Amino acid sequence: MNLRKYLKVYKKFLHTSLASELEYKANILVDLITAILSLVGSIFLLSIFFQNNGYIGGWKFEQALIIQAIYTILNGITNTWFNPNLTEIVKHIREGTLDFVLLKPIDSQFFISLKKINPSGFLEIMLGFFLLLFCIKINQINLSLSFLSLSLITISCSICILYSLWFFISTTTIWFVKTWNAIEVLRSFLYIGRFPLNSFSFSLRLFFSIFIPIAFITTIPSEVFLGLSQLWKILLEVIVASVFLVTSRKFWLFALKFYSSASS
Amino acid sequence: MVKNIIDVRNLSKSFDISSKKPGLKGTIKHFFRRQTKSLKVIKDISFEIKEGEIVGFLGANGAGKTTILKMLCGLIYPSKGSISVSGYLPFRRRENFLKNITLIMGQKQQLIWDLPPIESFYLNASIYDLDKFEAKKRIKKLSEMLEIDDELFIPVRKLSLGQRMKSELLAALIHEPNILFLDEPTLGLDINAQRNLRKFLKKYNKETNATICLTSHYMKDITSLCKRVICVHEGAISYDGKLDLLLKKLSPVKEILIVCRSEEDAIKLENYGFTVKNKNKNELTIKIENNSITSSLKTILNNFDIEDLFINEPPIDEIIGKVLIKKDYDI
Repeated sequence: MNLRKYLKVYKKFLHTSLASELEYKANILVDLITAILSLVGSIFLLSIFFQNNGYIGGWKFEQALIIQAIYTILNGITNTWFNPNLTEIVKHIREGTLDFVLLKPIDSQFFISLKKINPSGFLEIMLGFFLLLFCIKINQINLSLSFLSLSLITISCSICILYSLWFFISTTTIWFVKTWNAIEVLRSFLYIGRFPLNSFSFSLRLFFSIFIPIAFITTIPSEVFLGLSQLWKILLEVIVASVFLVTSRKFWLFALKFYSSASS
Repeated sequence: MVKNIIDVRNLSKSFDISSKKPGLKGTIKHFFRRQTKSLKVIKDISFEIKEGEIVGFLGANGAGKTTILKMLCGLIYPSKGSISVSGYLPFRRRENFLKNITLIMGQKQQLIWDLPPIESFYLNASIYDLDKFEAKKRIKKLSEMLEIDDELFIPVRKLSLGQRMKSELLAALIHEPNILFLDEPTLGLDINAQRNLRKFLKKYNKETNATICLTSHYMKDITSLCKRVICVHEGAISYDGKLDLLLKKLSPVKEILIVCRSEEDAIKLENYGFTVKNKNKNELTIKIENNSITSSLKTILNNFDIEDLFINEPPIDEIIGKVLIKKDYDI
């Protein structure tokens, strides 16, 4: 793979999608306001849960805020990259414009996963980071090199899991043509990631760990921040993320053999 | 000797198609138990195309023209048979193969809707690994050939269909491919835009010796660009050869309208032995076989007092229309 070429192409992707989005100023403004209100609303909801009970699933409000911060960062990444690109896969397949992507001398997964960005998602990522910094302060977390590396590893793994799940569902469009509903279900499950895994019953915990690994996405990185994490859990997250990423890649290449393009 | 750039042997393609009965009952049944059947859309076809050739694929809607083009450019896996394009197996979509080809579809677009076309050109240039200087040079050259200039800087959504199609062509040709697959490139364009596009394709073929495979329902596209046509009927090739031979075969006679100076001459001519289609006073229309036109005209001009004479070519659409419904042409 020619890394220099891919970086050049990605720079162009950034440029063209930013330019496209900036054509509609009002839309960006609405998106930005929505991002702020959504975070305020989520924190308010969380505070209501903790109002009568100081602990939920063994987590204090200040600790649960870390999950909210990580969720906000991940949601920002979802809105910046996954939402504009991966939902487009369904459109590409339905309308047959995937033809243009497949005939370019560039990796098709790279192209359809990163072509667009939604700049308003950046604000969510920033808000999430600010909230995380605030949580580090109120939870008196010591910033060390090992802590920073572990946080980075676990958050990166979360991004990989989230991306792979979404990409996997979108790929099934090649057979099922319409998969909006499945993506909506996935997004609804992601909301669960705002709460500590321990706050759910055993069966739900099992479900969200094995079948739809939402638990890995926010809880494990949050545990790293609070110094509660165990090495086996981090290793497990790395393994799950790698398996998901590789599987989604192989699944895409397999699915392309069944792509029949749309009729003209 | 010109080498073959495309070689297709015993190619077949089947699709699983689901069918649904009308009404609510049919819909419910279709939801729970989908009935699919395998439909063979391409049936054991073979042909080759030489470098620099412009070949038109003719056929009715659903005959399989687009499926053939899509298999040639590697978008669809063939069910059976072999394809070699420029020495590559298309469906493997190797980088060097993709840098050699392009696909243009009249009803689909790749330009970024909200931005001027120039942005899409530079994006494509980076995908094809062209440096900025080279990209600029090619954009300039192609925009001059396509006669687009100011349009490069206007958002795509504000361009007319003709301007958009020209921009689509530029985006698809920036990497200077030597094989062009064009699927109804003039669809929806007005007469002038169609003519300009044809002029451009002719020029591009002449300057670069690019091979062009074209499907179109506009006969003017086929007659002005293609010397050779491949007729596809229900997934099989019904004719593969020169267009003029096909036209001669399908239309072996020409109609000639002759205006005589007097009615007497018209009567004499009527009884001379030609096949007369109709007669009106001093005017009569006769049918002459293509291979005896020169000698027949000589006889008429030498023996009769002729005021005027018109040779009517039968409408090409009518002739080609016969191709679309006939299974086999043995010429």
